[in-house]
Amino acid sequence: MIHHSKEHDRKKRKKRMDTFWIILTGSLVATCSALVGCFLVLRKMAMVGDAISHAVLPGIVLAYLVAQTRDSLPMLIGAAIFGVLITILIETLHQQGKMQIDAAIGLSFTWLFALGVILISVYAGRVDLDQDCVLYGEIAYIPIDIWFWNGQDMGPKAVWQLGGLLGVIVLLLVLGYKGLKITTFDEKFAASLGISTIFWHYALMSLVSFTTVLSFESVGAILVVAFLVGPASTAYLLSKRLSEMLFLAVLLGILAALSGYFLATWLNASIAGGMAAAVGLEFVLALIWVSIKKKSLEIAFEEI
Amino acid sequence: MQTFLDFFSFTDPNVRWVVLGIMAMCAGAALVGVFAFLQKKSLVGDAISHAILPGICLSFLITESKATWALLPGAFLTGWFSLIAIDYLTRHTKLKSDSAIALVLSVFYGVGILLLTMIQNMELAQQSGLDKFLFGKAAAMVYEDVLVLIGLSILIAVVIFSLYRPFRLLSFNPEYAQSLGYPIRFLEGLLSGLTVLSVAIGVQAVGVVLMAALLITPAATARYWTNSLSVMLILATFFGAFSGLMGTYISYTYPHMPTGPWVVTVLSVIAILSVLLGRKKGVLASQRQLRRNGRKMLEENLLKCLYHLGEMDNEWQKKRTWAEITQKRLFTKKQLQRAWKALSRKKLLLADREGLLLSKEGEKMGRRITKIHRLWELYLTKHLHLASDHVHEDAEAIEHVITPELEKELEHQLGYPVLDPHEEPIPYNEDDKKDT
Repeated sequence: MIHHSKEHDRKKRKKRMDTFWIILTGSLVATCSALVGCFLVLRKMAMVGDAISHAVLPGIVLAYLVAQTRDSLPMLIGAAIFGVLITILIETLHQQGKMQIDAAIGLSFTWLFALGVILISVYAGRVDLDQDCVLYGEIAYIPIDIWFWNGQDMGPKAVWQLGGLLGVIVLLLVLGYKGLKITTFDEKFAASLGISTIFWHYALMSLVSFTTVLSFESVGAILVVAFLVGPASTAYLLSKRLSEMLFLAVLLGILAALSGYFLATWLNASIAGGMAAAVGLEFVLALIWVSIKKKSLEIAFEEI
Repeated sequence: MQTFLDFFSFTDPNVRWVVLGIMAMCAGAALVGVFAFLQKKSLVGDAISHAILPGICLSFLITESKATWALLPGAFLTGWFSLIAIDYLTRHTKLKSDSAIALVLSVFYGVGILLLTMIQNMELAQQSGLDKFLFGKAAAMVYEDVLVLIGLSILIAVVIFSLYRPFRLLSFNPEYAQSLGYPIRFLEGLLSGLTVLSVAIGVQAVGVVLMAALLITPAATARYWTNSLSVMLILATFFGAFSGLMGTYISYTYPHMPTGPWVVTVLSVIAILSVLLGRKKGVLASQRQLRRNGRKMLEENLLKCLYHLGEMDNEWQKKRTWAEITQKRLFTKKQLQRAWKALSRKKLLLADREGLLLSKEGEKMGRRITKIHRLWELYLTKHLHLASDHVHEDAEAIEHVITPELEKELEHQLGYPVLDPHEEPIPYNEDDKKDT
């Protein structure tokens, strides 16, 4: 009897630990995406972000095939190549091919995504990747893939990888805050100061690719867009300064990861889907809040 | 070869229906896609196709059926709602359209995934296969699905055909359409409705992610071949249907190949080829045009230069040496060679080792260019009040593009003047009738 309850306790603790890791992973995805996403939203490049997140798929599959491992380094390289490739493809179609920009984006990402799906089908036996994973990830399996170091259980691999990415993003933000900010708000002014707009453009695009790849296993290639654009848009509605927006977006992202997890367990559904739904809910609430405030301001004005 | 014959003889009724259904669906999507493209709203189609997922799940939760007719209402509803949401966000908040589209797209899709996985975990008997909507289930379509696909595609075609004029006005000049008394809001709504409808039926075949391609790519491709809307509609429909056919053929030949991605790949390859080779806007055609213009300008500049040399001693039928020519106007050796070879082929000048000699015809053309140049300078100073030292550059460019009709109009407007703003004579050919 006593033995049984000990077993039960252990299971319960394990489950609590898993929940912790899942929420931590979700929060890390949300934080990385929110920081990068703010710049996408401000640069009016949200759909380019969407396109990149789709286009990295063939890069990931090819990296699998070439390197034959699930290691993240080859995947990162593959994804970065395709992330940059699609921005070049869009630019070329738009500039040289004179295609209107919305069509250029739509054509490029659907094509690359289609190629990715075809590659998955062709090498179905050799690629340890399934279509569901592409579409909504498998964050519930994150705690299974543990990183052992010197035989020590260091926690899930994904947490370390996302943590590393967050480190890179924060470092880039701290070192290049001025450059990123000025190139985002006033390209011409930036150029006159000698700040390279092209450098920051491609740096940002690479960060979007990295974020997509490292979020891939957790939330899939499409739901990451919700994390990239959602908290950033909500923060954009609520704030007037870039630093405020970044801070708020991170906060909202983590909150969405947390509440999304409980929503999903309550409905017995995909955790990543729940987190994306929570992102949407936050936005709707912010929208209502902003319009109420606007209304009351208008009334106040009328009274004056 | 055998599979090729098996497929294209359409003896297998399954193949026949699937192919017909996919082709009809692609054609319908391409038709509405043209209007979305012209209104620069291509990516909205992407949002609609993602937003259809929660609608399909809701429909399934209510009806517990996977038949097309049962899922369509829900799909249509959430697809439509996503359009309204995007419209509202871009109009009434400070969000830009790209963020609005990306946000609506991903959140609707997220809710769809939430519902879908919830349904999958509910262990309902009917649920297996619902996830096929994510990537499409072209090969698994049954007769009834295909009938719905074809019926709705025909409906789309009929509506577009009968409202062709108003839709055209709406896409190119909505203000003008409104001033003519067309019900703009209604027409816009109708067009959006058709878009949502075509996406809702198309998602079954190619899935939510790739549906956008069926709307965007045929239209973008057709644009490279024509400037006319009606031709564009026909071409887009053709590209769509053809890719549908090829996509199904490939997945018929290699059964483990997915249909939707191949349809999209075929479409994209046609698109890239069109970007390169297209007759109207294609890269190669533009470059050819650019080269042709460059050649024409070079040749005309040489004629003009020879004419100017003739002006100095009022002797145009006199040989001018290479040194004289290059002193008058800076030609590189290569340019000069290209130009005199082309011009002597056209019998506009004679060339030998020492220099060039204008023919009668060449002299006339040189005079014409000189005349247009000086007329234009005069026009700019007289009618646009530009300073006379600011007009030369502009005239250098315009002299090569003025058509004979414009030339007549210019002469007429200015009243056949004799001197340009730099006090240089404006020469006329004999057949420029001086009727004033």
